[in-house]
Amino acid sequence: MSILVFAESIDGVFKKSTFEAVSYGSEVAKKTSSTCVVVSIGNVDDSKLAELANYGADKIVSIKGDKVSNFSAQAYAKAIATVASAEGSNIIVISNTYSGKSVSPRVAAKLKAGIASGVISYPDTSSGFKVRRSVFSGKAFADVDVKTVTKVIAITPNTFDLVTNSKPANIVAADGGLSDADFVTQTIEVSRVTGKIPLTEAEIVISGGRGMKGPENWGMIEELATILGAATACSKPVSDMDWRPHSEHVGQTGITIKPNLYIAVGISGAIQHLAGVSSSKVIVAINKDPEAPFFKAADYGIVGDAFEVLPKIIEAAKKLKG
Amino acid sequence: EFAIFLKTKFSYFCLPFIEAESMKILVCVSNVPDTTTKVTFTDNNTKFNTAGVQFIINPYDELALTRALEITEKQGGTVSTVTVGLADTDASIRKALAIGATDATRINAEPTSAYFVAEQIAAYAKDQAFDLILTGRESIDYNGGQVAGLLGEMLGMPSVNVITKIDIENGVATMERDIDGGKEKLSCKLPLVASAQKDLTEPRIPNMRGIMAARTKPLNVIEPVAGELTSATIGFDLPAAKGGVKLIPAEQAEQLIDLLHNEAKII
Ligand SMILES: Cc1cc2nc3c(=O)[nH]c(=O)nc-3n(C[C@H](O)[C@H](O)[C@H](O)COP(=O)(O)OP(=O)(O)OC[C@H]3O[C@@H](n4cnc5c(N)ncnc54)[C@H](O)[C@@H]3O)c2cc1C
Ligand SMILES: Nc1ncnc2c1ncn2[C@@H]1O[C@H](COP(=O)(O)O)[C@@H](O)[C@H]1O
Repeated sequence: MSILVFAESIDGVFKKSTFEAVSYGSEVAKKTSSTCVVVSIGNVDDSKLAELANYGADKIVSIKGDKVSNFSAQAYAKAIATVASAEGSNIIVISNTYSGKSVSPRVAAKLKAGIASGVISYPDTSSGFKVRRSVFSGKAFADVDVKTVTKVIAITPNTFDLVTNSKPANIVAADGGLSDADFVTQTIEVSRVTGKIPLTEAEIVISGGRGMKGPENWGMIEELATILGAATACSKPVSDMDWRPHSEHVGQTGITIKPNLYIAVGISGAIQHLAGVSSSKVIVAINKDPEAPFFKAADYGIVGDAFEVLPKIIEAAKKLKG
Repeated sequence: EFAIFLKTKFSYFCLPFIEAESMKILVCVSNVPDTTTKVTFTDNNTKFNTAGVQFIINPYDELALTRALEITEKQGGTVSTVTVGLADTDASIRKALAIGATDATRINAEPTSAYFVAEQIAAYAKDQAFDLILTGRESIDYNGGQVAGLLGEMLGMPSVNVITKIDIENGVATMERDIDGGKEKLSCKLPLVASAQKDLTEPRIPNMRGIMAARTKPLNVIEPVAGELTSATIGFDLPAAKGGVKLIPAEQAEQLIDLLHNEAKII
């Protein structure tokens, strides 16, 4: 028996969410006295692959080639399932990123495995195999018992700590049983915002709402974000009015984020907005209305005019970050 | 096999000449609590408390349905919906018909897991030669986002998640989808399963004619096939209430940075 972790890479580089998944897999392996196998699909150099061993990978299966350089849900899922069968893996761990979410259900259907996604706990194996997942857009948790022999566990990024557990890098090449017929989607173009921290990966997020009055005032939000190494986000009306790009819209109908720190400026805190941000570890609300619902969901609050408050915070942040 | 052979050959040769682009689309519609719902549980935290809860079509499914209608209005075809649920989902299904779906099917079973739902829809869809199956990105209650991928695999079809654009020409779908940190433009031959992300289109409000027409459109109820119990939800819990907000006077807003650094130890 073994745990199999899918190590997602983008342009040959692993993201933090990948190391979280490997850490998770190796912790579960320890708990269940099995080994942690990791499968990387894509053209990742051996020096990078070796990083996976820092987080407890006992074996690193690497699938390379021109064809796998672009993501394909069906091909990747087939490769993961092929490796899982070859390695006798009974638990497959995949991070719930956009790519992860595309492959995990396909892997589950291929292996006739029960699947739990949005998982935020280690499994409780005292009776059955229980994991906790977040449901109702963060408004509640559900405990799920996965009943099949083979299980797919899709974990929420930014939830589990990295656990360093260095092992010798044991890298083996594989082909994942892929053929041309598995590549049914054709990538035409990929555009990624570069030089900016992707919202879903950011540990700190500074977010503005309608209280910011207009796009011309976002300089303060961006300045604070730059100083703190944060990403920027916004409420739905702000992106609807095109003050900010749609990719920044967080909430029920936008992106769900889970940073360590979420600073909301001039956002009322409507239930649909909170749905996307309430799992943040620390929440700061800045709002001129003391009755703004956001204060009920916040850890720190400042009742005041954003245009007076933000400059003070920016100055202090500058001093701290020197 | 011969029938399949005939069908593919036939459509292969005739596609450019006859009704090439008429689409047969299936939209998976789930019934979910309204976004303003205050979530509580009953029966010792094992059941979602539906008392006083307003149910709606899952917002992403509504976008999928609307985009499906835009496609068939342009190039001909039908839009069917399928829902796995008990009779209490009929109101949402009628709304889907009022928005413009051609017909609807309800598979009469409690949707106990995404795997079960996908098995049911796969069994229903497998012999019907849909060109395109659309789902929502996720259901806003159980937030799995799994049905599209599961269905794709079960039906042996490609699946593309979180699409923000889709156009169909010559049997090929050209799409845009969200990826981590950006966007991807991609194409795929039909048939295909795709899941709708916000921005795919704007939802439509059904008009009086639609609502009247919906009353007489077919809502077929079929019984479920035997499914596997791959997972079970055994209980729910609510997040611990926040300890209360610590207020910082606006005149000393700079203190926030100190608190975040020394107290919360987060920056
Ligand atoms: C189905 C559905 C889905 C939705 N999904 C989302 C979603 O995903 N994300 C989302 O954000 N919303 C969503 N909404 C909208 C949501 O209900 C709110 O309308 C929205 O979040 C409000 O945005 P806001 O807080 O920026 O604006 P407002 O509600 O207008 O709040 C502005 C706030 O700024 C404060 N303010 C004004 N001036 C200042 C100042 N000078 N200094 C400090 N504070 C100031 C005000 O006191 C106020 O609290 C959804 C709604 C529906 C019905
Ligand atoms: N009970 C159901 N009946 C029909 N379609 C469903 C059902 N549950 C989920 N779906 C579809 O699958 C999508 C993703 O749901 P989920 O995997 O539950 O997040 C939804 O947006 C629907 O399109």
